[in-house]
Amino acid sequence: MATTTAPTKARGRGDRWAGPGMLLPFSLFYLVFLVGPLIYTVVAGFFDTSLLKSGLGDFAGFSNYSTVLGDSEFWRTLKNTLWFTVLTTVPLVLLSLVLAILADRFVRGRWFFRFAFFAPFVLPSAVVALMFTFIYADQVGLAQQAATWVGVDTPPSWLGDPDWAMISIAAATVWWTLGFNFVLYLAGLQDIPRSVHEAAAIDGAGPWQRIRHVVVPMLGRTTTLVTVLQVVASLKVFDQIYMLTNGGPDGSTRPSLQLIYDTGFVEGRVGYASTVSLLLFVVILLVSLVWFALVRRAEKER
Amino acid sequence: MTATATPPVTEQQAPAAEPRRKYDAERLFNRVALGVLVAFSLLWLVPLAWALATSIRPAQEVITDPTSWFTAHPTLAAYGDIFDAGKLPYWYANSFITSILTTVLTVLAGSLAAFALSQTRFRARRVAFVMLLAGIMIPGQVLMIPQFLALQEAGLLNTYWGVVLPQVPNVVAVFVFKQFFDGIPRELIDAARADGASWLRTYRQIVMPISRPVISAVTIFVFVGVWNNFLWPLLVVTDPEMMTLPVGLTSVQDVFGVPYAQLMASAVLGAIPLLAVFALFQRRIVEGIAGTGLK
Repeated sequence: MATTTAPTKARGRGDRWAGPGMLLPFSLFYLVFLVGPLIYTVVAGFFDTSLLKSGLGDFAGFSNYSTVLGDSEFWRTLKNTLWFTVLTTVPLVLLSLVLAILADRFVRGRWFFRFAFFAPFVLPSAVVALMFTFIYADQVGLAQQAATWVGVDTPPSWLGDPDWAMISIAAATVWWTLGFNFVLYLAGLQDIPRSVHEAAAIDGAGPWQRIRHVVVPMLGRTTTLVTVLQVVASLKVFDQIYMLTNGGPDGSTRPSLQLIYDTGFVEGRVGYASTVSLLLFVVILLVSLVWFALVRRAEKER
Repeated sequence: MTATATPPVTEQQAPAAEPRRKYDAERLFNRVALGVLVAFSLLWLVPLAWALATSIRPAQEVITDPTSWFTAHPTLAAYGDIFDAGKLPYWYANSFITSILTTVLTVLAGSLAAFALSQTRFRARRVAFVMLLAGIMIPGQVLMIPQFLALQEAGLLNTYWGVVLPQVPNVVAVFVFKQFFDGIPRELIDAARADGASWLRTYRQIVMPISRPVISAVTIFVFVGVWNNFLWPLLVVTDPEMMTLPVGLTSVQDVFGVPYAQLMASAVLGAIPLLAVFALFQRRIVEGIAGTGLK
C-alpha cells in the first residue's frame, strides 16, 4: 500500500482521502455548530425573525441595524461590558504577573500558592455566585463586615449600589479567575533559562533590577497571550452577572450578552438579537485583531 | 513540560563571592516576596473557608450572628435540606454523563482532525487549517440563538445530546493535539506507513498510545469546562430532572430564598467534585493550561 510509484512524496492511491476522511467528524461538528450558526446570525440580522414563528419572517433590510444602533440600551450594555473588561483585565494581568514572579522564587511552597490561587478557577460560576451572594449581602455579608473592620462606618450596598455593583462583580471575577493567568505566567517563567538569571546576578543586578530588566521583558509573549485571552473572555461576560445582579440595579451591570439573551429568548426578537450578536462579534474580533497588529509591530521594532 | 525542571533562583544559590550587601538585599527581597504571597494566598482562601464554615453552622446561629466563623454546634442539617428539597443526585448524574460524553467525542474527533492536519498531506489541508484557525476567533456564546434553534428543530431540547453536541467543536483542543503531533518524529510515522499500516491504524496503534499526556490534559480541561458550563445548559434544559449541577444549584436559591447556611452548603456541594479533580490532577491541569497555545 505504501509503495510509492513516483520518487516524490506521493503516497499510495488509497491515501488521497485519508486526511479529509479523518478531518470529517470534527468538520461536521464545526460546520453545524459554528459556521452554520454564524451564517444564520448574519442572515437573520436582515429579517424580522421571531422565536414565535418558524422561518426567517419578513425581510427587514438594515432596519434592525438602525434600530440597534439607535437604541440607548444597546450602547449602555456595550459600555457596561467594556467597563467590566477594564475592571477585570488590568488586575488580572498585573496581579497575576506579580504573584507568579514572586512565587517562582520559592521552590518548596509553590504548590501551596498554586493551590490557593488556582482552586477558585475550577469552581462552576454558579458556586462562585452563591458564595458571593452571601459575601456581598447587606448587613450580614463578610464584605460589609470587613469594611467596618478597616474603619468604614457605612459601607455601601456592594451589589445594590449602581456605582459599586460592577466593581463588586469584577472583584469576585478577579478572585475566581486569577489562577488561570497565574499558571500561564508560571509556565512562561519556566521557559526562561536559568543561565539568564545567573548571568544577570553575576553582572551585579539585584532582584528588583533582574525582574524589571530581564524577567518582565522575557515574559512579553505570555503577557500578550494573557491579555488577549482575558479581554476576549471579559467581553463575553454573562454567568456571574446574571446570577449576582441579573443586570441590576437599574440595568447598571447588564452586559451585551444578556441583552442578546433577553431580547432573543425572553422577548423572542431573534432578528434584533442576531444583530446585537453580530455587532458584539465584530467588537471582539476587532479587539483581538488590533491587539495582534500592535504586538506584531512592536516585535518588529525590537 | 515538566513543572519543576528549572529551579528558580533562591537565596542559597546566590554566588558565594557576592558582596555581603547584595546577599542581604536578596534575603530582604525574598522576605517581602514571601510576605506578599502569603497575604494574598490567605485572602484567596477566605471565601472558600467562610463558605465551608457557614455551611456547617445551625441556621439559627447564622441568622443571629452571620459573620462569625465558629460554631459550638456543627451540623450537617443544611446539607440534608439541600438533598431533600432539590434534585441533587440527578444534577450530579447529569453533569457527569454530559461531561463524559462531550469529553470522549471531543478527544476522538479533535485528535483525529489534528492528526490529519499534522501528518497527512492533502490538497485542502492548508485551507482547512486556516478555517480552523479562524474558528478560534468565533465566540461561541454569540451564536447561542441559532444553536438553540437548530437543536429545537432537531427535537434535542431537554436531552443529553442537546447539552453535549454544540460543545464538541473545541478548536483549542485540536490545536493542543496538533502541537503535540507535530513533535512526533517523522521516522516513527514513516516506519509504520512503510510497514503497510493505514493512516487510521497508524493513528490508533502508534500515535494515540504515545499521546497519553496530551490526551489526559485535554480530557481534564474539556471535562472541567463542560462541567462548569452554565449558559448553554440554562438554555436547552428546563426540566429540573435534566439540569446539570450549575443550573440546578441556582434554582436552590429560589427554593430557599435567604437562608445562607443552605446556600453555602449548595456551594460546597457544587465545589467538591471539581476541587477533588483538581487535587488529583493538579499537574495535568496546569500542563493543559500551559499548553493552551502558548508556544
